[in-house]
Amino acid sequence: MGRAEREYGITVSPLPAGTAASKEYSLTELMVIAGAREIADGEMVFVGMRLPLLAYAVAKRTHAPNAIGLYDNGIIRMTASAEPLHTVGDPANVGGATLCGQTIDVMGYLQQGRVQVGFLGGAEVDRFGNVNTMWGSRGGEAHRLPGSGGGCDIACLAQRSVVMIPHQRDRFRESVGHVTSPGYGSGNGWREAHRLPARTGPSAIISDLGIMRFGSDGEAFLASIHPGVQVEQVLAATGWTLRVADALLDTSAPSGAELEAVRAVDPDRLWTR
Amino acid sequence: MARHVPSGSMIVLGTQLAQMIPFAAGHELIRQGKRDLTLVGPASDILFDQMIGAGCVWRVMASCIGNLRGGVGYCYRRAVVRQIPQRLDTVDYTNLTMALALHAAAMGVPFMPTYSTFGSDLGAKNGNLREFPSPVNEDKLIAVRALRPDVAIVHVQRADISGNAHLWGSLGVAVDAVRAARSAIVIAEEIVAPEVIASDPNRTLIPEFLVAAVVHEPFGAHPSPVQGYYGRDHAFFTQYHEQSRELDDFEQWLQRWVLRVPGRAEYMKQLGDCRVAELAVREHAYSAPADFGY
Repeated sequence: MGRAEREYGITVSPLPAGTAASKEYSLTELMVIAGAREIADGEMVFVGMRLPLLAYAVAKRTHAPNAIGLYDNGIIRMTASAEPLHTVGDPANVGGATLCGQTIDVMGYLQQGRVQVGFLGGAEVDRFGNVNTMWGSRGGEAHRLPGSGGGCDIACLAQRSVVMIPHQRDRFRESVGHVTSPGYGSGNGWREAHRLPARTGPSAIISDLGIMRFGSDGEAFLASIHPGVQVEQVLAATGWTLRVADALLDTSAPSGAELEAVRAVDPDRLWTR
Repeated sequence: MARHVPSGSMIVLGTQLAQMIPFAAGHELIRQGKRDLTLVGPASDILFDQMIGAGCVWRVMASCIGNLRGGVGYCYRRAVVRQIPQRLDTVDYTNLTMALALHAAAMGVPFMPTYSTFGSDLGAKNGNLREFPSPVNEDKLIAVRALRPDVAIVHVQRADISGNAHLWGSLGVAVDAVRAARSAIVIAEEIVAPEVIASDPNRTLIPEFLVAAVVHEPFGAHPSPVQGYYGRDHAFFTQYHEQSRELDDFEQWLQRWVLRVPGRAEYMKQLGDCRVAELAVREHAYSAPADFGY
């Protein structure tokens, strides 16, 4: 059991048996890299905590050196931080920052529609990309989760929101118990009906088994499957009948540069064992 | 704390998010046995959790309550789900709506508008978020009601004895928080001569007329970092996470780090020179001087 699981109760799907991939990289490392690949060079990115923090750092070191990072505490960075970060408030995130402003400043950029990509972590996600970070349940008992943080703001206002979440049946639910951060609600037309700005909404759910994208009806489908993972495995780990793309892609294995980057930004392998 | 923060107060603290969290102040409030506090803030990492576990809090108004790296505050969870040590009310915000609630109060208006939280279940339970039609176009917006805490507690790098304060690094919602609250308590790593503060008025983010008290408390933000003074004590956060999971362990933690510790100086001694040295600034990085001459 990795440190992340022991210390924080985060569980990540076990590696498939006999996967060549397991000898070179973990599926969680690939998950972070897949998140990084959602950022195009030069884009403005609202960076969250933990896995999203790593994904942004990897993107900056590889294909998106000109991406602009916005952080909840008001920090804006055009350059990657010199050290791996535990939180957005680490002194290494302030050192070398482009601008250290207020929360309301970065939120203004988000609400103006300038932010192309925002990342969300979550306890649960559902078939329409709604995310729950408010109430979870374990062994039938409901328990409180940390709450929205900036997640709801990102889900409402970013052009493309990307959810990063381990792929487990109790996390991939037919319907989340609490819509903390809205995806496509109950399907197409929902966001418009609920007055959410045009040209916003989730563009991907990235897990340690594959990448899901959204059809025009707002429902998620499996678009890409990670190396060594079987479709049946993904379906079994999803709490609804997950649609699979006719032209299902294989997630590209990490390049040397990407793997080096992910290991540099998580040297203790706390999140990417 | 005794004079300016009575039981029952609404306090905004942890305004700079993951930096400069006023742990020393929070611990003193715990030692003074404060009750029925309403804690307001975007995210206070483990400080809110500690105060909740110590029985000081009856309501939290926040966007994120937990150990930022660990993901969950165990005392918080026990309070909400099992009413241990007592029932806890929560009013859930997002980072943007919390910032706007304080900004509205700072601007002296009853609300600030936003498009955030449409479609979220968060708005259903938070009566301070209300949909309304825009008076200037066809849009619908959410009105975020102004929040006026009794006290803002803010940790800064330096202040003069009147309370004019320089703070830098992660600003979060600090500037609006001190204006939104009826009064502010400034906790400074250093008290400096008034000329030092006056030399850089662009960096004076808290003016003396908002400040009820200035406290000189070096290391007052440990285990959170203060830019230019000390780093984040990651191990301390991890250890708190482990030791707060079970109620008995948390109570022992509270005895050891809060109740049996008379003040921050003794706390730092207990932490040990070795740990303090590890957190010290490795390489100073001073800003370019700004010439205010004329």
